[in-house]
Amino acid sequence: MAMAASEIEALIKAALPDANVTIEDLAGDGDHYAATVVSDLFRGKSRVQQHQLVFAALRGRMGGELHALALQTSAPE
Amino acid sequence: MSNPTFERITGEITENPVMLYMKGNAMFPQCGFSARVVQILTHLGVPFKTANVLEDADLRDGIKAFSNWPTIPQLYVKGEFVGGCDIVTEMYQSGELTTFLAEKGIPHEATV
Repeated sequence: MAMAASEIEALIKAALPDANVTIEDLAGDGDHYAATVVSDLFRGKSRVQQHQLVFAALRGRMGGELHALALQTSAPE
Repeated sequence: MSNPTFERITGEITENPVMLYMKGNAMFPQCGFSARVVQILTHLGVPFKTANVLEDADLRDGIKAFSNWPTIPQLYVKGEFVGGCDIVTEMYQSGELTTFLAEKGIPHEATV
């Protein structure tokens, strides 16, 4: 059920090529991550819309094999 | 579109100014993320209603499709999807949540 951090990052970058992605394995078990995603594509979008872009990038894994991904999104300053 | 689950959700988020879809209930949350949102709403003294997705598989799948959001909990205020645990937590910590609740006319205590 676990997913590698590199796999998460690759999926996000495939959908949001400019994204700056930082992933932290919170429990060291490959199942509880925190991700910070900064992308210009988030500009002018609500937080809900920003998170939905990341979920779409993860193509259905979020809520499934990826149980816990704490997400923080923003546009570059 | 006559999807009974969507109709149920539309009814609930219309009738209840603050509606939380969660795992478990406010007294006994069955997931840490649901528990955190309950804790924030309780701390702010916000009256809210909950629906337990663990008791209803149709609702569990239905709310994800309805909101286009893959995880539980999900918070609705005045029929508007606010977000899941991360967004609610971020809004709470930045003080945005109290501003948002005030704008929506939801009674709450202004503590952060």
